[in-house]
Amino acid sequence: MSRVTKFAARDPGPAARMTGFIAHLRENGLRLGVAEADLALAALTQIEAIRPDDSRRALRAVCTGCKEEAERFDDLFDSFWMDMGRVKQKTVPTQSAPPSDNVHSSRDAKGEDAGSAGSATAPDDRGDSDAAGDGTGKLIASETSNMAQKDLREMVRPDEIAKAEEVARLIGAALRDTRSRRRIAARRGDRLHFRKTIRSSLATGGEPLRLMKKRRPDRTRKIVALCDVSGSMTVYAQVFLAFLAGLMRADMQADAYLFHTRLVRITEALRDKDAMRAIGRLSLMADGFGGGSKIGPSLMRFADTYAKRFVDGRSVVLILSDGYDTEAPDLIGKALTKLRKRGCKVIWLNPLKGWADYAPVAAGMAAALPHLDLFAPANTLGDLAALEQELTQL
Amino acid sequence: MSYQSLQTNLADQGYVASDDLAVALQLALSLGRPLLLEGAAGVGKTEIARTLSAVQDTQLIRLQCYEGLDASQAIYEWNYQRQLLAIRASAEDGQTGKAVEDRIFSRDFLLERPLLAAITQDVSPVLLIDEIDRADEEFEAYLLEILSDFQVSIPELGTITATTRPIVILTSNGTRDLSDALRRRCLYTYVPYPDRATELAILNARCPDIEAQLAAQIIGFVQKLREEELEKTPGIAEMLDFAAALMGLGIADLTEDPAILQSTLTTLLKTQSDQASITPEVAGRIAGKAA
Repeated sequence: MSRVTKFAARDPGPAARMTGFIAHLRENGLRLGVAEADLALAALTQIEAIRPDDSRRALRAVCTGCKEEAERFDDLFDSFWMDMGRVKQKTVPTQSAPPSDNVHSSRDAKGEDAGSAGSATAPDDRGDSDAAGDGTGKLIASETSNMAQKDLREMVRPDEIAKAEEVARLIGAALRDTRSRRRIAARRGDRLHFRKTIRSSLATGGEPLRLMKKRRPDRTRKIVALCDVSGSMTVYAQVFLAFLAGLMRADMQADAYLFHTRLVRITEALRDKDAMRAIGRLSLMADGFGGGSKIGPSLMRFADTYAKRFVDGRSVVLILSDGYDTEAPDLIGKALTKLRKRGCKVIWLNPLKGWADYAPVAAGMAAALPHLDLFAPANTLGDLAALEQELTQL
Repeated sequence: MSYQSLQTNLADQGYVASDDLAVALQLALSLGRPLLLEGAAGVGKTEIARTLSAVQDTQLIRLQCYEGLDASQAIYEWNYQRQLLAIRASAEDGQTGKAVEDRIFSRDFLLERPLLAAITQDVSPVLLIDEIDRADEEFEAYLLEILSDFQVSIPELGTITATTRPIVILTSNGTRDLSDALRRRCLYTYVPYPDRATELAILNARCPDIEAQLAAQIIGFVQKLREEELEKTPGIAEMLDFAAALMGLGIADLTEDPAILQSTLTTLLKTQSDQASITPEVAGRIAGKAA
């Protein structure tokens, strides 16, 4: 049981602690402003703030905004307020450098870390470990392997993202529609349909009692991208990551996921204003990058969970993968069938297809083929850009 | 009012609220902030608004959102047909011009829709904006203005300012992502499926004369069923239907008759493939485990 953090005697008071807490949350990726700090303080006056659990509940209601944040909140709360009775020396983090106006490029230039999530407490009192927190660095073997942790920022350059953004915009536009100016009759339209109104007024002696409406037909398409980042795809990951980052920035409706042996939704992370920081956040989430690939189970998981919320008849699901799967291939077919039931289009982009004598012999790929609306090569951003033509015809 | 007393009041109305939810509700009441509830279908998000209005003894005004919902259906609309008739009538009386115009653009000809109705009540009502994620983004943006200012401007009439501030509850099933702007203006609570004890309490609150053994079996069965791979996971309402069906058929033990159990599963499983996947054997196995 962790105990409540103590605060240094010179600590300026509850308001400062609360701003410190909000800053702590903000550092960990929650988007909170000054108003939330104010509201959080107000909320604490409405409950018995002396009881940690009540405070936790109240602050969770104020500071979180979605399920993922609500799930992470407990850890963040513990690491700030329940720090095993330690004395926190400063509540409000001091600004070490003046904030830069240029948000977009600062990260890459300084090579800063995007700030890691998690507890402020080092597990320093667990048995006889050599690494016990004496402050000196020592290289020792770790039991939990984090070999798979890879900083994705090393793989992607800002200029590539800019280029990919352009491509993504083109693809988005191709899928969106060549919007016609014609309007069609609709029960709930934004304009009056004069011809129909006058026509129906004949029945009421020329009195236009019923107003008919018309509107522009709704033809938008939403892109959902699923990118395979397993070992066999590592060489192409660079292009695809840039593309995903570009896509998310170009199209506010798009949705993106990574999969290797698991499926991770990266939409929120990629929406960050700073492209490099977005990729940095991705590195934290993409634990397992370059590992094994379980395409079937990942797709199935997608079809069972996220697809229910985000995929409908106006969605286009882009799968970026080479089709090499360690699991039974028929699962891919089943997952795609399930996805297709939602009425979406499914496009598979395979980097291997660009090779001269490629044939979809990989069992996974063969199983997927009958369910695809389009199967196309994609090795470079150029290939992706060339897709525009074909996508228009979907 | 402490959240514990709110919890008791809700329980008196037959709603078992978790501590998290009760604290969030109490904050929403005391801070005057809208409360956004998210969670799977059937966990009782809509029900909480209904119960809250009963607890507060106020009116419940409900706005069901859907794709294409716009300001005229949510806020106000002019009663066009009545206006037209009024113009006709006044033309026959020989009235024209300004007088007619003033008359047809008065409150008499205004059709109040839920949002306008909610801010013009004498006593603060509970305003339930149900399934906000179904509405379009434009509407969501429009809502922001109303929720922060609680006033509506009608070009022909001027601004109508709130006489009372409604208690606003928004619900979302997560069919699409809501905007940050909306989330920021609301308190937030994720409503999960209830745990065993809570769900049992709900069942006992709704069906007081159910036998303890059957109640435990029903909850065990439904909770286990939620772990199966289903297209539509049964919610609390389905669980209550299931209990009602069993009681109606006079069943005292789930494991008693597999055929009857299978036929009552229609209350829990709502798609063809779900019904196909829960065969009598599977149902029997789950019932056996639950017993």
